[in-house]
Amino acid sequence: MASLDDLKKRIASVKSTQKITKAMKMVAAAKLRRAQESAEKGRPYSEKMNNVILNLSSGISDKENAPKLLSGSGKDQIHLCVVMTSDRGLCGGFNSNIIKKAKSYFAKLSEEGKELKIITVGSKGNDQLKRAYGDKIISHISFKESKNANYFDAEKVGKIVIEKFEDEEFDVCTIFYNQFKNVITQIPQAQQIIPLNTETSEEDKSEDSYEFEPDEDEILSNLLPKNISTQIFKAMLENSASEQGSRMSAMDNATRNAGEMVDKLTIEYNRSRQAAITKELIEIISGAESL
Amino acid sequence: MSEEFKVEIVNPEKSFLVKEDVLEVVVPAFEGEMGILKDHISIISFLKPGIIKILSKSGDENYYVEDGIVEFKNNNLSILTSSIFNLNDLDKSKQQDLLKKAEEEASKPEINDQSKYLVDQKIEILKSLNQ
Repeated sequence: MASLDDLKKRIASVKSTQKITKAMKMVAAAKLRRAQESAEKGRPYSEKMNNVILNLSSGISDKENAPKLLSGSGKDQIHLCVVMTSDRGLCGGFNSNIIKKAKSYFAKLSEEGKELKIITVGSKGNDQLKRAYGDKIISHISFKESKNANYFDAEKVGKIVIEKFEDEEFDVCTIFYNQFKNVITQIPQAQQIIPLNTETSEEDKSEDSYEFEPDEDEILSNLLPKNISTQIFKAMLENSASEQGSRMSAMDNATRNAGEMVDKLTIEYNRSRQAAITKELIEIISGAESL
Repeated sequence: MSEEFKVEIVNPEKSFLVKEDVLEVVVPAFEGEMGILKDHISIISFLKPGIIKILSKSGDENYYVEDGIVEFKNNNLSILTSSIFNLNDLDKSKQQDLLKKAEEEASKPEINDQSKYLVDQKIEILKSLNQ
């Protein structure tokens, strides 16, 4: 059994760990509020963008000559996966959930005999995928310097993706990120961005026809690259809210566990202290008796 | 009958501006400036670098944009743009920055015709602001 001194040290160390996790929880809570706010503020843009594109693509006359970003390259052989994770750890299952989702998708692809290429965004995902899929990772992007998700960064990723598509390096592009539902639930998502999914439910199809200036094709080919950056930006916003939420609940759990541990250790400490006293008493009494 | 309609400018980070009492908006559409009044036909177009003029009862406002999309429908004008500045906030040094960036881009050898045209527009607008 550990000595009294050792127990004392353990208790002190667990207590200081608890203080750290508690502070991290507070920080995450504050950041979460901001991240959530910006995720909500960014929503109108991506929704409007989506609407315009749906209207445009339903109005497009000649599907054959539609821009490639919309209709795809006509093949389905090479898949590009953009895996978006965080740059920092200690956020519970946040990164592992994305990686798990991505890996199961990778497995499905290789079963079907498709070729796989990976771009990782965020260093944690890169670390986890490097071991198993190191040769598949064609590019790694990290935004450690920028404090919040901003559109400029998203545009950078978007540009890389579009360039690679134009060089015919891949046929289908999917992004992986965590969708923020609430503080305890984040849902890992796989969203295909090239070719764009333009299936609409009947009800939100608008009746009125638009006038286009210049024509649909030209607007679309101008709009689609922007839409890709927008989708990536949306994913980044969702991700940063999810990261903070996930970290908050993870740190909450850690604080609670540390509290339980302190209680248990304190009981053990008191017991062994008492045992030591009893032992000494017995020694004194039996010493006195033998006289 | 009132002659007002609603305009909303959104950028990726937030809703930039919402105004309900707008009389006329002049946008730098790709094929030339376009004035939009109430009950305009539904239209989608995209923007080239230029000045958006918003004329409303509560005063006129001018914004500088580099790109974007306009959608007008049911007397709702939505402008989606990733780069917009209020002309009042756009001081000389910022203008110079933007101008420098644009000129750098224009001098790249691999630039294609369309983006060359857009960059030239940008430079022209920024220069005219400077005067």
